[in-house]
Amino acid sequence: MNRFMIPIVTLCLVAPVFADDSADAIRTLQAIGEYSKGTADARAAVQTLKQGGSSNLLPILKAFNGSSLLVKNWLRSAFEGIADAEQKAGRTLPKGDLLAFVKDTSESPSARRMTFEWLLQRSPQLEDELIPGMLLDPSPDFRRDAVKRLIDQASAAKDDTATNLYTRAMSGAVHEDQVKTIAKALQDAGIEVNISRHFGFLMAWKIIGPFDNKDQKGFPVAYPPETKLDLTAEYDGQLGKVQWQPITTEDDYGVVDIGKQIENYKGSLMYTTTTWQSEKDQAVEMRLGTPNAWKLWVNGELIFEREEYHRGTRLDQYKVPVSLKAGPNTILVKICQNEQEQSWAQDYKFQLRVCDRTGAAVLSVAKSAANSTRRKEIR
Amino acid sequence: MKYLPSATRGVRTVSVFVTLAGIGLVSAIHAGDWRQFRGNAANSIALNENLPTELSGGSVAWKVQLPGRGLSGPIAVGQQVLLTASSGYAQDRLHIISFDTETGETQWERQFEATGRTGCHPKMCVATPTPASDGERVFAFYSSSDLICTDLAGDLQWYRGFGAEYRNASNSLGMSSSPIVIGSTVIIQVESEAEAFAAGVDTVTGETKWKIDRPRKANWTSPTILPAEDGRPALALLQSSAGLSAVDPETGHVVWTFDNGASTIPSSLVVDGTVVIPSNGLTTIKPSADGTAVESVWNSSNLGPSTPSPVVINGMTFTVNSAGALSAGDMTTGERLWQMRLKGKFSGTPLASNGHLFFFNEAGYAFVVRPEKEKGEIVSELDLTETILCSPAASDNALYVRSDGHLWKFADQR
Repeated sequence: MNRFMIPIVTLCLVAPVFADDSADAIRTLQAIGEYSKGTADARAAVQTLKQGGSSNLLPILKAFNGSSLLVKNWLRSAFEGIADAEQKAGRTLPKGDLLAFVKDTSESPSARRMTFEWLLQRSPQLEDELIPGMLLDPSPDFRRDAVKRLIDQASAAKDDTATNLYTRAMSGAVHEDQVKTIAKALQDAGIEVNISRHFGFLMAWKIIGPFDNKDQKGFPVAYPPETKLDLTAEYDGQLGKVQWQPITTEDDYGVVDIGKQIENYKGSLMYTTTTWQSEKDQAVEMRLGTPNAWKLWVNGELIFEREEYHRGTRLDQYKVPVSLKAGPNTILVKICQNEQEQSWAQDYKFQLRVCDRTGAAVLSVAKSAANSTRRKEIR
Repeated sequence: MKYLPSATRGVRTVSVFVTLAGIGLVSAIHAGDWRQFRGNAANSIALNENLPTELSGGSVAWKVQLPGRGLSGPIAVGQQVLLTASSGYAQDRLHIISFDTETGETQWERQFEATGRTGCHPKMCVATPTPASDGERVFAFYSSSDLICTDLAGDLQWYRGFGAEYRNASNSLGMSSSPIVIGSTVIIQVESEAEAFAAGVDTVTGETKWKIDRPRKANWTSPTILPAEDGRPALALLQSSAGLSAVDPETGHVVWTFDNGASTIPSSLVVDGTVVIPSNGLTTIKPSADGTAVESVWNSSNLGPSTPSPVVINGMTFTVNSAGALSAGDMTTGERLWQMRLKGKFSGTPLASNGHLFFFNEAGYAFVVRPEKEKGEIVSELDLTETILCSPAASDNALYVRSDGHLWKFADQR
């Protein structure tokens, strides 16, 4: 066969994939549901997209925005399948389009990050070109890389130069390890750092209890604070009459330690509440850490509940998406302690913060105003 | 890139066909495969393998770098070693990687984003469960309760986010239960105090065939296989603090139970029709002839394992306690025969092959032990200098083990 005929024959054998087919295939992927719904169609859709080759990469990436994690994983699989095949075939990816996508902060953070990492394989210089400008990026991964560069620079610098670099790094830091590193360096330099504000912890609460949770039977019981939140009311508690009392924490990480600040009532539960002023209607994450069983209500709606005791606790242990309305929002938390006797099963505490999806604090309106002044003093 | 369908590969031998058929792994047959946690029969025995017993540096055929952490062990299908890993600050990047068994070259890698919770005890990570395969597909399971199926070329076949479908399906310390495959069903255990279930998932469609409630207790054990026998189909054995349940892999119907309690970390195994359970030390039971009940054989309180699951070869049971002491027991009577001290703590389950036991401790020391009735002898040691928490795999006369950073292949270089 004449070698010039090979491309022609190949073109004839491969069914053409038109833009409409690709758009349909992406819509098929976006229709995937939980419990494996739509999987067979999705497999066929991925094959259609793969036949279209690198021209489908950008449409796949743009479909990430607004898609569920499940759909994103199918889109990711289609992208990686195409990119992998293209590179193994010795073809280059459409770098210009992909680079523009990475730079577009309105696009999906995870899609941008994936694209960046694929580009990085062939263009390692992109790290130096892009990362320094990503300190406040919507992608926590990009932010982390940018913060790391500043920490590295600061640790090699001295005096005001180092302080300025650490302060800049802190402005983008959303991960606990980096915040701790930066905070220590700034504190060592004599600069006060408000870690709890940086993370957006809620520090002032009202608390009522204890109510009965012997044999862990209190978790499903709707005690009065669950049905009507009346901060002036008095109820029959586990050990007598109970009323709402103020409780605050000065812990850097917002830990309200019921066991230490009040008492470790074994087989009990407490309710805590606070009001959070939202500047606008907005979607946020409430991130909770506790080794105790818990329930969370926002504006009277049960958002999540979990009945697990003493399996560890950490910052951002639970990430709960919440929609807040403009103005005051009522947060109610039920914290339950069981009767385990082991030394590692005595904690009775929680921490809760409000942040965006990157983990950057979203502050209550009143708190934001109060603390910004303090921030200036710090600087 | 080498990911030929199993049926087209040169097949070394089909002598293990009967064994594979007995446990329902018959979709593709390659004698050297190691298709799931603790091998094809989920009992840590590598049949018909001739593994290197002298683990000096010269036995390292290759060593490759990994893109993420993992306590998951490698599996082998034909000329592919398949491995999972997790990476990222939140450990929410899930990797499946395929390596060429000959060269260690990466054939393909796919990444996904966890849909469930990724928090774990620092010692663990999201890639703790070992993946499984039916010879045509890979079933990668993670602490986040994501169950991902790709074909052997890395193409996504289906994706189940059990942590998103059942939002309390997690343990704040992490989950470790590895899936098994019986016939056309992937069996998973997702068990914590907050939510606990086992499910049978169709290997082809990813749809749930069955889902049963399980004891709401933290549980890190993995299911194992009771092979088919005398017309009785293979059963899945699900362990928990309550004991052991034998479950029909097609329907989830519980055929029999053992209710005397069991450990929630090391897992049971089956050898020659006898079930060895980490229960009150170590307990053995035998299913009745009609397969609907069990009878107790023996119990030994001084053969209890710590994290590694028990292993049985040459008519002896082997368990490692939390002090790193290896105990040998008589498989017929449960009598402890001898003990020997190995160095350090162990997380991974040892592998048994060609009359030897292959151990890797948490500090990265490899020990090859030749056990006899009277004593055990360490025949070789090697310091890999990296933390190793996984259970090794054996395939085509080679031994595979991974750390957070690397995957090694050991093979006789002569």
